[in-house]
Amino acid sequence: MIDALIIGAGPAGLSAAIACAKQGLSVRVVDEFYRAGGRLLGQLHQEPDGTWWNGIDEATRLDREARAVGVEIECGVSVYNVVPSPTGWIVSTTTGEIETPQLLIATGASETAVPVPGWTLPGTMSIGAAQVMTNVQRVRVGERGVVIGVNILSVAIARELQLAGIKIDRMILPPVSTVTGNAGVPEEVMRSLLRVAHLAPSPIIRWGSQLMKSTWMQRLGVSLYPPQGFSMWNIPIQLRTAALEIVGTSQVEGVRIARITPDGQPVAGTEQIIPADFVCIAGGLSPLAELAAIAGCPFAYVPSLGGHVPIHNDQMQTSLPGLFVAGNITGVESAKVAMAQGTVAGLSMSYSRGALSDRELLENAIQQVSSVRQRATIQFHPDIVEGRALVGNLALAGSVNQS
Amino acid sequence: MSQRIVDHPVLGSLAARNQLRFTFNGTPYSAYEGETIAAALLASGVRTLRVHEEKGTPRGIYCNIGHCYECRVNVDGVPTVRACMTLVQDGMQVTAGTVLPTPLKKGGHSQ
Repeated sequence: MIDALIIGAGPAGLSAAIACAKQGLSVRVVDEFYRAGGRLLGQLHQEPDGTWWNGIDEATRLDREARAVGVEIECGVSVYNVVPSPTGWIVSTTTGEIETPQLLIATGASETAVPVPGWTLPGTMSIGAAQVMTNVQRVRVGERGVVIGVNILSVAIARELQLAGIKIDRMILPPVSTVTGNAGVPEEVMRSLLRVAHLAPSPIIRWGSQLMKSTWMQRLGVSLYPPQGFSMWNIPIQLRTAALEIVGTSQVEGVRIARITPDGQPVAGTEQIIPADFVCIAGGLSPLAELAAIAGCPFAYVPSLGGHVPIHNDQMQTSLPGLFVAGNITGVESAKVAMAQGTVAGLSMSYSRGALSDRELLENAIQQVSSVRQRATIQFHPDIVEGRALVGNLALAGSVNQS
Repeated sequence: MSQRIVDHPVLGSLAARNQLRFTFNGTPYSAYEGETIAAALLASGVRTLRVHEEKGTPRGIYCNIGHCYECRVNVDGVPTVRACMTLVQDGMQVTAGTVLPTPLKKGGHSQ
């Protein structure tokens, strides 16, 4: 009989597994992918000090460390149901049922799909798909591509594709619609980019971030935005251009584009078709929380955390006995935050099992999550701290109601 | 022509790997040990993995991490296998999904 089952072998799940195995718990981790590491596997970016964050190395390190402390990791196993039992949880997987007194759901985040006419043509894929194919599977997704959707994630991955010798012709916006929302509105996209402008190597965007403090300046900024856009790492980023349709007969051959107003409306007479043999669609990330939902966990809708998140306290406990959450399922942040949260969850599970002799370890780990968050160079959303506080208060309120 | 990224400026060079043989719709292809069906086919320039069951329009990969089921194929007779999550085994026979009969649909074909 195991003490803890962890769903998800990403940075949160593996860190949790290491933390509780070190306290003597018998731990099993299951993951649907064919190797451990989760979305760490695709990550490759340069830190402010110039060193490279290589997600494959980080994943390999976590995987080795987990196995070294006795964690059992099973890949290629999908989980499709989670139900409470008198002694904990029964988890249905593609290789059978697993009973566990304690369950950690660390399923991460999933990409938001952004429908664009023609997007079912082979050669169209999510930006995350291109990242995994390029960095993990080491296969070129095409020769010359267009990225639809400009955000911190898509800009970072465009750079990764370029590193692998894949040409990104340009990055443009999706057509404005009820589905694409703010992602199709130049003003909103520019505002979101300004938040991460300090990361940009381009002097233009640095200049812009100094200039555009007020709303009217932002409007002016978008209005005066150069038609050819600005470039980051020589990749043209065109916020005043939208994709109207992906074109091709049996696979992607090009993208029909048009100039757009600051509100995202196409400008008549500006349409043209640009050639491309692949297209990446970038819609951002939201917590992948279905399993917590079918387990019966109460949720809160917190846009700054990426959407609907299971309510949990700072020890990563949900209101359901023996059910824990960690990583991007609790809100979209960096892998480093996910790892810190995983450690908290692992120690918290150990404490619940009476296996944690030194409770100070747990307190320190909780502090560590805050300090990792403060040091993060990339903030996915400016109101993450407020969002986290909101969920924490909901958890407190819930526990008061229960008692 | 192979589209594999053998040398990468940051990730380094790929280590030598065992070569495997498999077929897709009866055509032989090669893969390297540890490659998914989707990656091995894309490396050989194959992007269409099935056709839409009703409309017959071509489909390939979309998410590449098992969520969207766009890349589902038949593997050794087993249907609905995700090409992006399944490693190639030597001698594997992969076939694309085809148009299915829709006898109850008005105007649908019944073959």
